[in-house]
Amino acid sequence: MSGKILTANRVNDGDVVFFTSDHQWSLRISDALFAEDEAVLELLEDQLRLAETGTEVTDAYVFDAEKFDGVLRPRHIRERIRTLGPTVRADLGKQSNGTGGAFSAVS
Amino acid sequence: MYRYDEFDHRFVRERVGQFRDQVERRLGGELSEAEFKPLRLMNGVYLQLHAYMLRVAIPYGTLSSAQMRRLAEIADTYDKGYAHFTTRQNVQYNWPKLKDMPDLLDDLADVEMHAIQTSGNCIRNVTTDQWAGVAADEVADPRPVCELLRQWSSLHPEFSFLPRKFKIAVTGAPRDRAAVAVHDIGLRMHVNADGARGWEVLAGGGQGRTPMIAITVREFLPEAELLGYLEAVMRVYNLHGRRDNKYKARIKILVHELGADAFRAQVEAEYAKLGSPTVDVEQRELERISAYFAPPVYDELDETCVPFELAKNENREFAWWVKSNVSAHKVSGYAIVNISLKPTGGIPGDATSQQMFVVADLAEQYSHAEIRVTHRQNLVLPDVRLSDLYTLWIELNSAELATANVGLIGDIVACPGLDYCALATARSIPIAQDVSERFEDLKRQHDIGSLTINISGCINACGHHHVGHIGILGLDKKGEEFYQITLGGSSDENASIGTILGPGFAGDQVADAIETIVETYLGLRADDEPFIETYRRVGAKPFKEALYETA
Repeated sequence: MSGKILTANRVNDGDVVFFTSDHQWSLRISDALFAEDEAVLELLEDQLRLAETGTEVTDAYVFDAEKFDGVLRPRHIRERIRTLGPTVRADLGKQSNGTGGAFSAVS
Repeated sequence: MYRYDEFDHRFVRERVGQFRDQVERRLGGELSEAEFKPLRLMNGVYLQLHAYMLRVAIPYGTLSSAQMRRLAEIADTYDKGYAHFTTRQNVQYNWPKLKDMPDLLDDLADVEMHAIQTSGNCIRNVTTDQWAGVAADEVADPRPVCELLRQWSSLHPEFSFLPRKFKIAVTGAPRDRAAVAVHDIGLRMHVNADGARGWEVLAGGGQGRTPMIAITVREFLPEAELLGYLEAVMRVYNLHGRRDNKYKARIKILVHELGADAFRAQVEAEYAKLGSPTVDVEQRELERISAYFAPPVYDELDETCVPFELAKNENREFAWWVKSNVSAHKVSGYAIVNISLKPTGGIPGDATSQQMFVVADLAEQYSHAEIRVTHRQNLVLPDVRLSDLYTLWIELNSAELATANVGLIGDIVACPGLDYCALATARSIPIAQDVSERFEDLKRQHDIGSLTINISGCINACGHHHVGHIGILGLDKKGEEFYQITLGGSSDENASIGTILGPGFAGDQVADAIETIVETYLGLRADDEPFIETYRRVGAKPFKEALYETA
């Protein structure tokens, strides 16, 4: 199943966050609101516009994602690396503290 | 080394104070991102793939032990225990938090460092030969002029809103280790028939999506006229450089569109209008600055050091390291030590805070407490006695800083690529790791000889792939990383832009392709002919055939 996820960076520390179904920003992609239809996508786009003028997050955008065996993951390698951390340093980023995701960046 | 005067101190501290206030207002919601972004960029704060990134200027690549120590402390306090040395002799932190940034910048200011003008459409950190002041082939130490340019270009009101970023590189030696021909302005020192020193002024070089070799604007500019003449070049660019299209806004495009002769004529006309009212001031200031770069007091030493020669004979690994990583010093009995930040399978340019502390200590002990950062992402201890080399090597070895590959195929330049960079289209570091592991055998590396591999993760070319003997450019094809290979680039005094060899390769095919290229070279080279000379003699054809026609 493919759809969209809204992401941003948190202003105070720069961490990558995802917009959730309870309208919060979470560090975990597994919490993300997964837009599979037009109505939810419109909601994400409204939130994107709100995010741009707010103070909590910055650089918000929507990316392509898919649900595979019940696990949400980005479709493109760029977003997968962004969600997990550098592929060359498993000790850094979300992959290092269990907030990344149950998928690989490169496969 | 140069030391800040009261003006330098004041302006850096004032800037930190201003930025502290701006960060507070951003976090408190008074400033929007649209308002804040230009302010953070003016202070070197980028937003990258995972987090903020801070780029700290290392003026002309020179650091004291105290500064290196502070950079290491910052890595431990505000980041994740490491830092990345860049192709512009700067240093980057990949994980600092915005809320910590003002304290971090204050810590930098304590050791006379900052991140001003490491971003934005202004004159960036001036870069130079990493062996400045100590190279055996040098005409003059370029660092006093680099410092003069730093002072002139820092917060210069006329040049703070250029059409695009602007990079100046300087060499005081005929062997160009500063890549001056691929910079917006390049300066090359010459001595004329009367024994007077002067600058060859180059302009319009650059890499990125439109790589170009600079033209020579003036063959020989009397030393004292430098700032006035550069002002004329900058004015022509500032007035006529394109502002309508970001991708055509660098000075190279203006030089190319006008043509070399018309560009030269415009610069000379502008220069004639200026007169030279500042020359006397400039000379006095240059003399004041030069005093800071007076050579240290060297011991009178013999040209040969017997224990050093014995150690080389007895220890093959030490001998290899000396061959690739130790260079000729202008003073008898001394050597320049190049520290590789390219361990096999490592991340080019990365150093742990522990390694940075070690380098700071070793510099203090063996090299007048001075360190250089190279544009090939390595470090240098410029003033080491031959008699200290063996002990130093052992100490570097225990900190994993003694890989004997400087200038060889394992000494790969790579930008952070898609592992860190928000602009990247493909990863660079894993390719560098694959290739360096493929050529892990140091004996093989030494047999292959001088060869540069440069890798960029996107067309912006931070990894300088255009001027690598072998260049690798990572791109995205329908969501998959793939890599274009170029051959024949060079950034030295015979600078050239590499030529694309043919269709690209998947990431896991790159090391094989490089090996095919290297084997082809080994089959073609005459005696000790370096790779680049063989390539220039035989051209791309045999390499293309080997890569594409065997399949």
